[in-house]
Amino acid sequence: MDKPFAITLKPGSSLANHTGSWRTMRPVYVDRLPPCNATCPAGENIQGWLLHAESGDYEKAWRSLVQNNPLPAIMGRACYHPCEGACNRTRLDEAVGINSVERFLGDEAIKHGWKFDAPAKASGKRVLVIGAGPAGLTAAYHLQRLGHQAVIYEAAEHAGGMMRYGIPKYRLPRDIIDAEVQRILDLGVELRLNTKVANLAEAMKEGFDAAFLGVGAHIAKRAYIPAGDADKVLDAVSVLRGMEGESAPLLGRRVVVYGGGNTAIDVARTAKRLGAEESIIVYRRTREKMPAHDFEVEDALKEGVSIKWLSTITEAGLSETGGDIMVEKMALDANGFPQPTGEYERIEADSLVLALGQDTDLSLLDNVPGLVTANGIVQVDASMMTGYPGVFAGGDMAGNDRTVTVAVGHGKKAARAIDAWLRNEQHEPDPKHELATFERLNTWYYSDAPKTVRPVLDIIRRQSTFEEVLGGLDEGNALFEARRCLSCGNCFECDNCYGVCPDNAVIKLGPGQRFQFNYDYCKGCGMCATECPCGAIAVVAEDI
Amino acid sequence: MSLQPIKFYQTGTFTVGNRLLAPEERSVQANMQRTNSLNSGHRACQGCGEALGARYAIDAAMNATNRQLIAANATGCLEVFSTPYPETSWQIPWIHSLFGNTAAVATGMAAALKVKGRSEVRVVAQGGDGGTTDIGFGCLSGMFERNDDVLYICYDNGGYMNTGVQRSSATPPAARTATTMAVGDAPGNVFGQGKFVPAIAMAHEIPYVATATVADLRDLEYKVTKAMGMHGARYIQILVPCPLGWGTPSSDTIRMARLAKETGVFPVFEAENGEVTAVLKIRKRLPVEEYLKPQKRYAHLFGKQPRVDTIASIQALADKNIRKYKLLEEGI
Repeated sequence: MDKPFAITLKPGSSLANHTGSWRTMRPVYVDRLPPCNATCPAGENIQGWLLHAESGDYEKAWRSLVQNNPLPAIMGRACYHPCEGACNRTRLDEAVGINSVERFLGDEAIKHGWKFDAPAKASGKRVLVIGAGPAGLTAAYHLQRLGHQAVIYEAAEHAGGMMRYGIPKYRLPRDIIDAEVQRILDLGVELRLNTKVANLAEAMKEGFDAAFLGVGAHIAKRAYIPAGDADKVLDAVSVLRGMEGESAPLLGRRVVVYGGGNTAIDVARTAKRLGAEESIIVYRRTREKMPAHDFEVEDALKEGVSIKWLSTITEAGLSETGGDIMVEKMALDANGFPQPTGEYERIEADSLVLALGQDTDLSLLDNVPGLVTANGIVQVDASMMTGYPGVFAGGDMAGNDRTVTVAVGHGKKAARAIDAWLRNEQHEPDPKHELATFERLNTWYYSDAPKTVRPVLDIIRRQSTFEEVLGGLDEGNALFEARRCLSCGNCFECDNCYGVCPDNAVIKLGPGQRFQFNYDYCKGCGMCATECPCGAIAVVAEDI
Repeated sequence: MSLQPIKFYQTGTFTVGNRLLAPEERSVQANMQRTNSLNSGHRACQGCGEALGARYAIDAAMNATNRQLIAANATGCLEVFSTPYPETSWQIPWIHSLFGNTAAVATGMAAALKVKGRSEVRVVAQGGDGGTTDIGFGCLSGMFERNDDVLYICYDNGGYMNTGVQRSSATPPAARTATTMAVGDAPGNVFGQGKFVPAIAMAHEIPYVATATVADLRDLEYKVTKAMGMHGARYIQILVPCPLGWGTPSSDTIRMARLAKETGVFPVFEAENGEVTAVLKIRKRLPVEEYLKPQKRYAHLFGKQPRVDTIASIQALADKNIRKYKLLEEGI
């Protein structure tokens, strides 16, 4: 015993005292579902790819993005970005410009010629994809990456579907479509253009193990309007499709568009660009009830398009030139439905374009047993399979929510289900995480953007609103915009939990490795959870 | 002042670290090799602000002195929960003093090091508000007056907490403690008594005086680092909420410190040679109720008949701080 005088015990460390035994509540690291991801119709892991974009690793961000969506440059232009509407940052200042960063990543990929990762080992299965629109292209892409041979039959002479024949160039330049389609073809997907499938059952006999239908909705709906000169009455689908032809459609100086969806807006803005002095949208209900997105309406109004609310067209082709139309004013009844008022107005017009929605040409499905359609829409189950086993469908023909992004989501979902079906399995999607609501965040740690940053922010906001006019983000502001992401519900390694623990009970595992609790010493005070900026720590009761 | 201008950074400068920051821009606490001066296994209550504040401050001091540091520690919570014989949580040379003489012990250590020519070894004295503002005040004032080369850190939780929450001269007005009970016409601690030692330290015109809270880590580390870069008597008072004595959830310790600063109840500033040189501005001003209401020690103010007069008096004290230290104005 060589202890000093009056000392009976050796010095010890408090590490011998396992304070974890005090705990009644236990902190656990969780990943919660950010609202952007929860809202994305294409099922993108937005927070996930923004995390890589934040560190300036754009290629990694792009590779993460295309895990779910092979068309980021198209999506960064044509998507109506419901993610931004759901973004928690709107409660602090403004939503993160997800759409503009996506576009930046898509453009970077085209600029640098990034290719998709090579497909998994070939399965030997062949899948027929009908239609080279967003749904078909996405399904083919995912199938190919899963090791199946995808073969696309496309009736038109170019791939793209409604992205090419429905969305005007000023919103989606055609070289962008070409580049992203080519990248999918480079993966080994086979594309046969000018190949219309008249009979699905026949086509399947060419050695296909399954089929995905994504033929879209290309037949314009008509409304009966008495017209003196039918030449002057056009439909939106043919006008927009005509823009892809040799000569642009002749609409005249005064164009009236009938309808209230995004297509009506597209036609009215296209008419303006074709030189129409007046481009008037006639819609039977109010602005609040209009199905078109508000920012599209706003852009159209800024470009000089005028809109007549609460109006229906009762007669067309009235004048000698054959274009004038008669409009009846409407009033909303108690239930919010428009009712005629008997008040009429005559509008001078050189042409009338009907934008009243589209139907699908379902004739190719005539001989498929078990396949059910209702109101012109193919009925599918949760895995996108039709009533005929092995035949799946998606995009505009399989739902009423008709956007490019929804179609991409359908294509992905169907491809995964087809992959499972080909292996005689059932595709089980991963269980969804709990939603990362605004209340779960500790926004104290976010809100102090230095003042000098503010004007930059405003410039970016303006750019994303006028994308087609001002172009995309450059590297500097794309990085800034990405870094505005709050990383809701997912650890971004801010070290807060590691710092604020009074008991050193958080172990920092190093870059990219996140953190771990040391339950030997964690007393369960819960400070880490309170001070976690992004709500990635849950506190659960211990079994006592 | 103390905040690093880190641009284009999603969470401003208030998080402990971040994977996107260069290592030199991160706080000491973000470092995987931080000293952990006060190690795991100590017996402080769940969510103890003092244990957190002590590790923040001493890790920063260790970092600033190249780990050449000795601490003298007054009796009090910090000593009791960190060193039950024969265990210690301290991973630094550490001496336990009496309750009232830690400033004097530190003075002696600094003198001995000077005699031995060990100028690279620096001295810190630390204690709670009881050991600092009450019992050890004579020794502290002497240390200031002689300008001894010691950084004295006071962890202010507003009372004698481990002995059962008795009043100290740092207990705020109206707060309930075991010795200022919530009874009578003016329940809780009396108005107009107690003392704010940072102001007294400034009156000694020592080189450096600062206040900080556990809610602003970067500010705290900046001040400790700055203090260790100076010689002579220096004093830092750190507000460390006490879940036990304040009656707040253990998860809300940092939140309470943040509210104390944002309401103006606790002014965060630094002073050199007796003059205030910088203050930490209020980011988002809040009424004092936001700070008072979550604390059970003020529960008697929010009963069936809220004591609006008392709340107004506390608000007046906060407003006075805001005026006096210019906590809202731009510029300083």
